[in-house]
Amino acid sequence: MKHVAIAALAAVLMGSAAHADVIKVGVVGPFSGPFALQGKNFKAGIDAYMALNGNTVGDDTIEVIYRDIPTADPAQSKALSQELVVKEGVQYLAGFYFTPDAMAATPLLEQANVPMVVMNAATSAIVTKSPYVVRTSFTTWQTSTPIAKVAFDGGTKKVISVVSDYGPGVDAEAAFKAGFEAAGGEIVEAIRMPLQTNDFSPIMQRIKDSGAEGVFAFLPSGPTTLGFVKAFNENGLKAGGIKFFAPGDLTQESDLPALGEAALGLTTTFHYAVSHDSAENKTFVEAAGKALGNPAELSFPAVGAYDGMHVIYKMIEATGGAQDAAKAVEAVKGLSWESPRGPVSIDPASRHITQNIYLREVAKADDGTYYNKEVQTFEKQGDPGLAAAK
Amino acid sequence: MQTVFSIGVDALAYGMVLFVISIGLSVTMGLMRVVNLAHGAFAMIGGYIASYAARDLGLAYAVAVMLAVFGTILIAIPVERLLYRRVYGQPELTQVLMTIGITFCVIGIANYVFGPTLKTIPTPESLRAPVSLGFRTVSAHRLFVIACGAAVALGLWYFIERTAFGVKLRASVDNAAMAAALGVKTEVVYAVSFAVAVGLAAFGGVVGAELLPIEPYYALRYMVTFLVVVSVGGAGSIPGALAACLLLGAIDVTARYLVPDFGNFFFYLAVILVVCVFPRGLMGRAQ
Repeated sequence: MKHVAIAALAAVLMGSAAHADVIKVGVVGPFSGPFALQGKNFKAGIDAYMALNGNTVGDDTIEVIYRDIPTADPAQSKALSQELVVKEGVQYLAGFYFTPDAMAATPLLEQANVPMVVMNAATSAIVTKSPYVVRTSFTTWQTSTPIAKVAFDGGTKKVISVVSDYGPGVDAEAAFKAGFEAAGGEIVEAIRMPLQTNDFSPIMQRIKDSGAEGVFAFLPSGPTTLGFVKAFNENGLKAGGIKFFAPGDLTQESDLPALGEAALGLTTTFHYAVSHDSAENKTFVEAAGKALGNPAELSFPAVGAYDGMHVIYKMIEATGGAQDAAKAVEAVKGLSWESPRGPVSIDPASRHITQNIYLREVAKADDGTYYNKEVQTFEKQGDPGLAAAK
Repeated sequence: MQTVFSIGVDALAYGMVLFVISIGLSVTMGLMRVVNLAHGAFAMIGGYIASYAARDLGLAYAVAVMLAVFGTILIAIPVERLLYRRVYGQPELTQVLMTIGITFCVIGIANYVFGPTLKTIPTPESLRAPVSLGFRTVSAHRLFVIACGAAVALGLWYFIERTAFGVKLRASVDNAAMAAALGVKTEVVYAVSFAVAVGLAAFGGVVGAELLPIEPYYALRYMVTFLVVVSVGGAGSIPGALAACLLLGAIDVTARYLVPDFGNFFFYLAVILVVCVFPRGLMGRAQ
């Protein structure tokens, strides 16, 4: 009985002493396994933000706790999130590279009184699963829609769509189709290829046989991208004048050294290029590169994490360190700031980030390295995916 | 008709890549009776050495390939002496546990030393140029891989079936105690065959890197495919492995061309059918 009383007293004391406290942020992401690079970028983005802005908000000290989830595993994601909330007592959940992982943790938020800041997972529907979800990355719809306009305006009227057969791939196909057909173009064929494809030659033959003038492609960033782009060149499609359109996942900066010359001239649309020319980005690239150890590994999840931390800092500022998810989320609705990727804001209705989408072309720098060169800006793009789902 | 030829060339090339990488595993599993799940890890080590030699040191491709093969063997020798030697003749589960453990260690080390990004092996200009076959163009590298596959198949067949060492190897496999009693140094035989298998893995990792790019997770990512090739072909059989690779390559490539939406359905359907009809693989030996 005595113990219970002491525990209760302690709980009350701790509750009231929430000010000038350590505020914990739990980050769930792939820090080992095949997607370790993306997790490393999460950490680099977070470290960069904390290096530049300090680890305190007001009197409160921010502590980040990482949990590793090597591949998409919803059950494990939920278990880890629950552990973070219950055992570690985190006030904010963040990270989440894969959509299923983010989705699985959303049912916890309301009861735990914890907001979730999604730093990557790119399926439109995640924000509808709980009013406490805020996203600072992008959606596949958001990055794939502008390229349809680019393709049509560039004089390509018949396109074949080739995507990896999984959630984001299907999203990309739908987004491109919607945009391209609305503009007046024609999708001659839509192919979904299995995620475990090593040899893309047969796909290239299909593209050739379809008589399309261009190809829209979506594959998850990483090893398969290399095979796809190489096959595109080796089977004579590039030389044959077939245009290549894709969202920027295909030409993420950390894959470019491997893609090399094969990627030269590829056009993609995306929310962030490491080469983005602004003072904010310069500071960010320097800090994140230092956190990574090898600046060549810097890629888009880092900027999602960096801005995610910005949002969390603002939430802590607004709540004064008290645990109040509703107030925290309310405070960042409509929040706008200058991100390394350009001007961004949180859309009050969807809690998703509104941002510029850039058309980029892979170019060779003077020092022989390859980079995504921004050539056109589509300003203040929301997420067309949510509207399409309704 | 043109399409048929075109698919045929792709199938042959893909099948040969599979063959070059998987044949070493077939040797360890069939002849040495070790379920070597670290095979992919050795292929990956070969790839990393070649990438480092060709890209960072700027050595010629041929030199990089040689370095990769011998470097990997050099790394494998202490591993064989200290670890593998203890699991020869042990139950499969012990072998699986040990070799998968080695694989995880290699993945971790590769990730730590080389980082998680993709590593390419720059090929010489002569292998990069597209070659016209009349009805289509293929990269010279594909033809090179096909030639490598054929050379490996012939060389290995000769080595095992026609040389004195091959006789000793087959004798040691069939009855180690009797072979030893007749004066065959079984330990040496095993060590040499292990080195050959590892060398082949490294060679496959390097020449197949265009299709299966080198990154830390390589060691596990493609392991299932390698195991499938061995079980379909019959462990230890070189013609079997060759037949399995060509068959699976043809089915995979054709299915991907005609019905990509079905994914790997036809590939695994073929595997199930073959294993049902030939439980020991296409040309596996009876036990």
